[in-house]
Amino acid sequence: MSNDSIQTATEIKLKMNKVDLHYGAFKALSNVSMDIQRNSITAFIGPSGCGKSSLLRIFNRMNDLIPIARVDGEVFLDDLSIYDKSTDVTYLRTKIGMVFQKPNVFPTSIYDNLVIGPKKHGIKHKIDLDDIVERCLDQVALWGETKDILQKPAQSLTPGDQQRLCIARALAIEPDVILMDESCSALDPVSTAKVEELMMELQEKYTIIIVTHNMEQALRVSDYCAFMMINPERAGELVEYSLTVDMFSNPTDQRTEDYITGRFG
Amino acid sequence: MNSNSEKLSHAVFFALALSSISALVLITVFILVQGAPIIAEIGLFKFVFGMTWAPLKGEFGIFPMIVGSVSATIGAAILGVPIGICCAIFLAEFAPPLMRNIFRPAIQLLAGIPSVVYGFWGLIFIVPSIRDHLGGPGLSILAGSIILAIMILPTVISITEVSILALPSSYKEGALALGLNRWQTISSVILPAAKSGIIAAVILGIGRAIGETMAVIMVLGNAVALPESVLDPVRTLTTNIGIEMGYAVGAHRQALFATGIVLFVIIMVLNTTAQYIARRK
Ligand SMILES: Nc1ncnc2c1ncn2[C@@H]1O[C@H](COP(=O)(O)OP(=O)(O)O)[C@@H](O)[C@H]1O
Ligand SMILES: [Mg+2]
Repeated sequence: MSNDSIQTATEIKLKMNKVDLHYGAFKALSNVSMDIQRNSITAFIGPSGCGKSSLLRIFNRMNDLIPIARVDGEVFLDDLSIYDKSTDVTYLRTKIGMVFQKPNVFPTSIYDNLVIGPKKHGIKHKIDLDDIVERCLDQVALWGETKDILQKPAQSLTPGDQQRLCIARALAIEPDVILMDESCSALDPVSTAKVEELMMELQEKYTIIIVTHNMEQALRVSDYCAFMMINPERAGELVEYSLTVDMFSNPTDQRTEDYITGRFG
Repeated sequence: MNSNSEKLSHAVFFALALSSISALVLITVFILVQGAPIIAEIGLFKFVFGMTWAPLKGEFGIFPMIVGSVSATIGAAILGVPIGICCAIFLAEFAPPLMRNIFRPAIQLLAGIPSVVYGFWGLIFIVPSIRDHLGGPGLSILAGSIILAIMILPTVISITEVSILALPSSYKEGALALGLNRWQTISSVILPAAKSGIIAAVILGIGRAIGETMAVIMVLGNAVALPESVLDPVRTLTTNIGIEMGYAVGAHRQALFATGIVLFVIIMVLNTTAQYIARRK
């Protein structure tokens, strides 16, 4: 990434302030504070089980699905306090879309996968829905391949195309932020390259956070990098958070350096 | 393990498996041998669509009983299926664990009540209620449908619930991540995804209803005539066999077996369809 794009993107889109996450009595995240820059790609890296997914899911309140999960601290999307009692989770999730590890297209047609979100949020006319389908498929470079097979089952696509469809589905609700939890880990190298290219294009309009195990990927696509690890109490901690180029060339924390060199080794 | 003892246990299991299959073959062949000649004699069309059942005059038309079976079964489906599906959704998606642990065994218990008890309860409770509040003799399609609806609930609920629970949680997560609320997630993602299992549940429920005998003998009134409303009595294919079997001889007896063949075919078709739909992905 060029330095220009970083310097012009200084507005804060998401903010975490002293966040703890508990699963029941187990503290999974301890005292995480971070600012996510608008129109940037931020990568969460760290060993398995250090809480990357948990941290990511705090932003769109997916942890609400887990009855024993409890979040303390403050989290903001622009001025919206994400964990405020008056916050409408449905609205929040239309602003913060998510793409999962395995492509999870619904067992319906390509078209229906894309319109399900917009329909539920009040768009009724077929012309408008058709427009959304074309725009979103175009954004993920699937329109050419799929425009004649929109009524086919989405599950008949290749895994790589399914994952791009999932990204298109997230774009269809016009979010500001897109969360991607190891979204390339189930894909072959060619599909991975396509999705990475897509992330960098989407960065112009969206704020993107990815979780990845792949150091090369973090280095290739991300502007900022957050390295996490479990502390002696087994809770996940944010060890280092900086520009990706800085972290990979000149990590400030010994643990970061060990992890990065170990992963590249 | 010793290969001889392995062979032996293999043979034992094979023999046991074979015996259950051979029971099926035996019953099928027996019914066919007993019932097919009279169908051939009367003619399939006249037997199935004939309007008169008068064994003493040698007239064997089972159409009113087909109508009886079908109407009581459709009634049971109309009453039982929506309740069963809603109950399954509740158990799979909403019920807190404690409530689930009470509901599930309770529903299984429902499946364990002998059908004669259902019939008896229907006779002393449902039938008089219908007679008093809606008119007619009380012994009616409606009474049978209500009883059958309750009897198919365990089948519909458990198969629907299993097929909802078998869905990968990624569907639900995906839907919620799009900002759908819980109900939208269920109606537009979960139910369509579980569709084939739910259809199978309904078909197996219907198969259960159409094959039921004892409970409906007691509440349907058993008149061999085309019903004009749900408050009229009917006779089903199963009750026809159940009622007359004891004293039937000769052609009459054969005609009852022939009724059994028709029933057998209907249930085979339903079960095969259910299996085909459930297996289709
Ligand atoms: N639903 C859950 N219930 C209880 N513990 C969980 C749950 N999800 C994750 N955890 C625990 O939280 C920790 C962090 O998990 P996770 O966020 O998945 O890590 P990562 O994505 O970095 O591999 C792990 O110790 C994991 O066992
Ligand atoms: Mg993870």
